[in-house]
Amino acid sequence: MFSSGPWLPDYIVDRLGGVLLPPSAVYSWLFLKIAANKLLVHVTPGHNIGLHTATSTPTSASRCTTSSIEVSPTKMWNLSRISFNNVQKSTRHSYAIPLTIFSLQNDSCFMRGFYTLNSQESGGLILPELLRNKSLLSPDCATAAKVMGHDSRVHFKVCEKNYSVTANSEPFDVAIIGGGMVGLALASALSSTPFTKHLNVAIVDPNPALGGSSYYIKNEIPGSRVSTVTPATISFLRDIGAWEHVKHQRHAFFDQMQVWDYTGLGYTRYCSRDVGKEYLGCVVENKVLCNSLLLSLQEKDFKKTIIPAKLTSMTVSSRSSSSGVSSGQSNTLDKSRTNNSEETAEPMHLQSLVRLELSDGQHIYSKLVVGADGAKSRVREMAGIKTTGWDYSQSGLICTVEHTGENHCAWQRFLPSGPIALLPIGDNFSNIVWTMSSNEANRHKLMSEDDFVKAVNYALDCGYGPHPQSNFLDNYIGRLPWGSGTTSIKESFQAPPKVIDVVSERMAFPLSLMHALEYSSSQFVLIGDAAHAVHPLAGQGVNLGFGDASTLTKVISEGISMGTDFADLALLKRYEKERKAANIPWMAILDGFQKAYSIDFGPINLLRAAALHGAQYIAPLKRNIVSYAMGEWNWPRFT
Amino acid sequence: MAWWIHRGLRRALVPRGLNSSSPLLRPPAASSPYFSSLQSRSQENAAPESGIGGSTSSKTASFRSSLNPTEVAKFAAIAETWWDSQGPFKPLHLMNPTRVSFIRSTLCRHFRKDPFSVRPFEGLKIIDVGCGGGILSEPLARMGATVTGIDAVEKNIKIADIHAALDPLTSSIEYHCTTAEEVVKENKKFDAVISLEVIEHVADPADFCKSLAALTVPKGATIISTINRSMRSYATAIIAAEYLLNWLPKGTHHWSRFLTPEELVLILERAGVSVQEMAGFVYNPLTGDWTLSDDTSVNFIAFGTKRNE
Repeated sequence: MFSSGPWLPDYIVDRLGGVLLPPSAVYSWLFLKIAANKLLVHVTPGHNIGLHTATSTPTSASRCTTSSIEVSPTKMWNLSRISFNNVQKSTRHSYAIPLTIFSLQNDSCFMRGFYTLNSQESGGLILPELLRNKSLLSPDCATAAKVMGHDSRVHFKVCEKNYSVTANSEPFDVAIIGGGMVGLALASALSSTPFTKHLNVAIVDPNPALGGSSYYIKNEIPGSRVSTVTPATISFLRDIGAWEHVKHQRHAFFDQMQVWDYTGLGYTRYCSRDVGKEYLGCVVENKVLCNSLLLSLQEKDFKKTIIPAKLTSMTVSSRSSSSGVSSGQSNTLDKSRTNNSEETAEPMHLQSLVRLELSDGQHIYSKLVVGADGAKSRVREMAGIKTTGWDYSQSGLICTVEHTGENHCAWQRFLPSGPIALLPIGDNFSNIVWTMSSNEANRHKLMSEDDFVKAVNYALDCGYGPHPQSNFLDNYIGRLPWGSGTTSIKESFQAPPKVIDVVSERMAFPLSLMHALEYSSSQFVLIGDAAHAVHPLAGQGVNLGFGDASTLTKVISEGISMGTDFADLALLKRYEKERKAANIPWMAILDGFQKAYSIDFGPINLLRAAALHGAQYIAPLKRNIVSYAMGEWNWPRFT
Repeated sequence: MAWWIHRGLRRALVPRGLNSSSPLLRPPAASSPYFSSLQSRSQENAAPESGIGGSTSSKTASFRSSLNPTEVAKFAAIAETWWDSQGPFKPLHLMNPTRVSFIRSTLCRHFRKDPFSVRPFEGLKIIDVGCGGGILSEPLARMGATVTGIDAVEKNIKIADIHAALDPLTSSIEYHCTTAEEVVKENKKFDAVISLEVIEHVADPADFCKSLAALTVPKGATIISTINRSMRSYATAIIAAEYLLNWLPKGTHHWSRFLTPEELVLILERAGVSVQEMAGFVYNPLTGDWTLSDDTSVNFIAFGTKRNE
């Protein structure tokens, strides 16, 4: 801890780790208090101080004459990067808030230093300027600071009231890196399951919107980024309490779907009544989902900490071989944690945890690290998990368009360059997802709005080929006794609604397929896009991610109910086995579709048309397809 | 005909497990006299090894070493690999959640604890006899129990200590390198005495069960798990596990030392513990999972309660 000399007062470390000093007349005009991540500086009434928390000169500080100033540390420095002269300190586990306190009574009296917290959670002020150049101090300040000799630390009284310990002092059970839809869904699911409610969870995401209570305004134009949620996902969201919030914001159920291609040789219409359900899915904007998940998290009594920072590195202490740490670790892995024999040896119970360094300089410890940070996952990279996959040479162009009337059907037409999908969002708006080659996507992004509207209508309606018609053979097949209930067989082809206006900006994303070879390694696990990225043509990507979150919660909860260590590799491999069995078939199907529809060759076109016809008129097949796409049917498995 | 008589006897004597409808098999109410007699047996077998030292010195007649030196050596040789879930103890790691689920459900029911709480065993004192590397002790500690683990192999205790210190939830476990008989002499009593997969390595199972019963408080719980002595277990646990699949080192088990459920119930009864529930573990080779079932023909676990004296 601190090196103490005979001239320093005795201090006691309270049970929360703060440093308490006996009040002394010399210090009585000033003390610092940590409360909810903010530094509070209290002064005795009558003694006014100014405060500045950057390291600029004190003259630029704002002056305050009240008796207390609340300061949010705007920037935290990693103490190990700061070197002082003649200072005995530990560089390993400290971080510092640069701070300047100056007295308004006496302008020349100031103290500049770093408020430090180290891994033993104690605080103190290091005043390097005092050490290097004592002439900066006026005699008053020198007395007030009572620094003698070259000891590095001046202690101020730290009050333990509201000492909500900052993030890096208490180890977390689960650290979710990435606060997108899937990361928040996992946090929310953990908070709703009885065996995992007590866990201490940290969500690490630099998005400032997560800290606020709500970042969605209802009457805005719908954003371009939307997702289709299947009924299985909707019931998951209902279980975790997020669907209630979605219902109050914009969302659109659809109960019909039509798929056809440009050759005009076949089409298929699906209706949710084919399987006796009310809707096929619901289209919700991504920010609505994030907001609802955040609200569902906040209304529960759950220990979570949202850390607005990015992950820079992770270190794992290499224990025995049973930890199963993969040997392909990136160079950020620091094995020296186990050989710690200095005076600040890491406590034994922290050695088995993963240590995460964050971009704002602080570090946190966690038992399990969940990577929910998207397709370019840092966690996956740092854990050394390899991936397989390939780029489609296509980009997806998305935007929001407007119609004259409401749209309750999802339309998808396969064009030579890729499918265009029209999904209803609600209130006469729809979302377009148009897949085409990257150059084309760029061209469409930059063309004028009118041209774009024309292009969209052309692509959806009459462009590239005629409307499909059903012939007598189809009617014959449809009347065979397949069983009742598929009303959509009798429906004929309908043209999609006309687009009148583009209301949002157009965005384009390159598309690729990616699958991580393993979803978990010791103490790390991947969910969502970090584990698998798919083509958007069936709107399944985020649903697979929500499935991951739901299964991981179930596996962790079962582990805890049996008393096992929930970061144990065997448990995480169970999650991986279950999710791979669910994700891989989907990825294969979507990739197959993408490949099948990217070829424009006569016999293949006829094959595809025949497949479409089959899907339209053969009722049992249709029912199975609809159930599978709705997430309510699994391949038969032994378990 | 002998086979039919045997089968009839078996049916009459053996409680068939959780799903049977026979009134004998319902876990009797806490007030029934049968509860306590089952627990006392679990302790003795757990520390077969330390009896080597005990037997050479002339101890009192009640201390009969239930240990076997060759058995001790077998376990000492692979001690480092206890926590390697892919190593020689892999089948134990795979089986552990199933055993813990049985223990959890029977103990929660017996001690009237809430099975949906995260730490249902708060306030219970449990001793794990023959704890090895602590594979069972750690989940019990995470569920809130005050766990004492004993084993006769010093190496095992050291490894268990180190591993338990890694997690603050399990660092409260006390490990001792001792035998059940020694703990009996110290007059310690526990609410639940658990000894899994130990009694088949012990020289004298009856004495072992008496020590286990002595360690249990009246109306406390005793849980023993072992392998049945049947043709099927010979094929599975000896031939398949040791020779074909190499799950266990050859010579780990001696088929003649296995106990049938009837024999176990008998010796427990004689020690004052009455068996309330019994279940079997079944391995599904397709999924690689163990499940609880009524089939006690290979691995089985028995829960009993010590009679009130």
